[in-house]
Amino acid sequence: METVTLTIKNQPGLFLEADSITPDAFAGKKAEEIVDLPVYVGRDEHRLGDFFEVSGRAGATPAETKIVVNGDLSRVKYIGMKMTGGEVVANGNADMYVGAWMQGGKITVNGNVDAFAGTGMKGGEILINGNAGNYLGAAYRGDWRGMAGGKIIVKGNAGSDLGTFMNGGEIIVGGDVDVHVATHAEGGKIVIKGNAKRRLGGQMVEGEIYVFGDIELMMPGFAYRKDVDIEVDGTKGLFALYEGDLGERHRKRKGQMIYGKLYQRIRA
Amino acid sequence: MTKTITDVVCPFCGTLCDDLEVVVSDDGKKLLEVYNACAIGAEKFLHSQAKDRITRPRMRQEDGSWKEISYDEAADYTARMLADAKKPLMYGWSSTNCEAQSVGSEIGEAVGAVMDNTATVCHGTSLIAVQDIGIPSCTLGEVKNRADRILFWGCNPAHAHPRHMSRYSIFPRGFFTGKGHTGRKVIVVDPRVTDTARVADVHLQIEQGHDYELLDALRVAFKGEQLPDVVAGIPKAKIYEVAETLKSGRFAIIFFGMGVTQSIGKNHNIDAAIAVTRDLNEYTKAAIMPMRGHYNVTGSGQVWGWQFGFPFAVDLSRGFARYNPGETTSNDLLRRDEVDAVFVLGSDPGAHFPFSSVRKIYDLPSVAVEPHETPTTEICKVHVPVAFVGVEVGGCAYRMDNVPIETRKVVDAPEGMMTDEEFLKSVLMRVREIKGV
Repeated sequence: METVTLTIKNQPGLFLEADSITPDAFAGKKAEEIVDLPVYVGRDEHRLGDFFEVSGRAGATPAETKIVVNGDLSRVKYIGMKMTGGEVVANGNADMYVGAWMQGGKITVNGNVDAFAGTGMKGGEILINGNAGNYLGAAYRGDWRGMAGGKIIVKGNAGSDLGTFMNGGEIIVGGDVDVHVATHAEGGKIVIKGNAKRRLGGQMVEGEIYVFGDIELMMPGFAYRKDVDIEVDGTKGLFALYEGDLGERHRKRKGQMIYGKLYQRIRA
Repeated sequence: MTKTITDVVCPFCGTLCDDLEVVVSDDGKKLLEVYNACAIGAEKFLHSQAKDRITRPRMRQEDGSWKEISYDEAADYTARMLADAKKPLMYGWSSTNCEAQSVGSEIGEAVGAVMDNTATVCHGTSLIAVQDIGIPSCTLGEVKNRADRILFWGCNPAHAHPRHMSRYSIFPRGFFTGKGHTGRKVIVVDPRVTDTARVADVHLQIEQGHDYELLDALRVAFKGEQLPDVVAGIPKAKIYEVAETLKSGRFAIIFFGMGVTQSIGKNHNIDAAIAVTRDLNEYTKAAIMPMRGHYNVTGSGQVWGWQFGFPFAVDLSRGFARYNPGETTSNDLLRRDEVDAVFVLGSDPGAHFPFSSVRKIYDLPSVAVEPHETPTTEICKVHVPVAFVGVEVGGCAYRMDNVPIETRKVVDAPEGMMTDEEFLKSVLMRVREIKGV
């Protein structure tokens, strides 16, 4: 795998829209070609090289390309957007849309990300070693097909609207989450190792939510069923199983109504 | 001698009453009296006659004083500000006609602006919910003639839409509602005992910020499933009872306002309320309608809807329309320093935005097009006073139920004053000259 290293040298006056920082856009290009890729500040088009030092070279295909981005990226949007393979490592805080509509490959952020990371994600993996903002792994506005596959791991906390309209894939949050988790979900799995606030599984049709810590308030549409002994992401324990949202429509399989499942760990 | 003009449309709130009578002087230059309007609507007409009204554009000087400038100079300043900016914000658009909104969109497209209207701090969240799950709605005429279950959720029309209750929702006698209010059941959901709650048959005094939970509970109740003993501070027996009341009606209508669109959960609250409406249609006929505030905020959503495909928060900076509330909404753009110039027309963000955003507008190049003196005109660099739409110039406006109504001119604007549309057209011409297109 070949590596391209980007180091931010000029901060944009407003925000930098850098949807070209992907292995797909870099593949088959040398550093002197990569500096000419387009980026945008407001309505002005610039070159990637106007903002970043670029060194190294890309592999022949996206899968053979690794991109390392250094510096403060808190004003850079769209890192790894729509990537299909390869690897991106961001060493710093990144702004919105990290790995949005991602299909494959891996993104590691050694810092925090702002909202809309993993929007409409289809495959691949995003590892965030800091905190994530709102709408992590959620659907794009108005789309009823949210995250369909892949895996998102956040070491810290996540914001509100986690996994809205989720259809598949997995999100693991090491810390706490804000309100609205898996709203409208029709599949997928969300693991929250810290505490949750309110509105977990609102309008949920199908899918699984696991909470290790406290839940401030349970949705009225979730009913307790039974205690179960399960293993979740390497942790074995006793969990209380709730099903819902009872107010929402549900499918039947083999004559059985299928509900969304919410597991809350029972502490000994 | 005076003249009485009948069937005048009121340019204040989204109810867009169309039965006002206005008395004007014989020469049509003075507006003397207003009949049938609510106190706020009447004041809007009469305010156009204020002796101290600003009638010429003015520019803020270094020492903080205003200097009078011509409309040409104001148009030139505005065009240069928009053309120089990398990402200008063009905000407001709700207290003007669709014709002006349309010219504004052309300017926005030419300069790569972010176009946002007052829905951004109002019913924008409703629009997000509509995109997510659709909306079963109706016209206010249908409400008047058919509805016998009226639910006001997080809104207080007694004060915000004063004639709504008498014209459409509670009191009128319609084709199938001949008994007026005695044939209707009125339910109000509000944490406070508002004047609207006082006229209700049932007031659910909900625990603040628990609307989503209560809406979900109603859906559970419709399906006959078990509820917790208390949801959102309301005992479950009461929730089952209200669910039954709604199901037993011939036509249920839910009106909702800021209490649910701008409290925690925002679009999710409306999403759940629409789901409640959808569920109710399994048992009876039901519809839901946002209580839109400004008289033509609905119209700006309509205009941008057909021009750009999105009703608010439209980012045109890259030459194509993008939309993502949370990113392209005015307060997020201002808070995050994403825009470098602010143009305001037909709205007062100075009074309604958080102080942190207002401060950002103050720090940026800014123009306010506005007939009144407002907190916004106080913080902008240039203030362009214009004729009152619906008083001094006509034009199309959309009522809260998406019915277009042509507003009427009843009196002349002060000598030499421009309308929103005329001023925007001169800005557009200057923008095209500057950009050489």
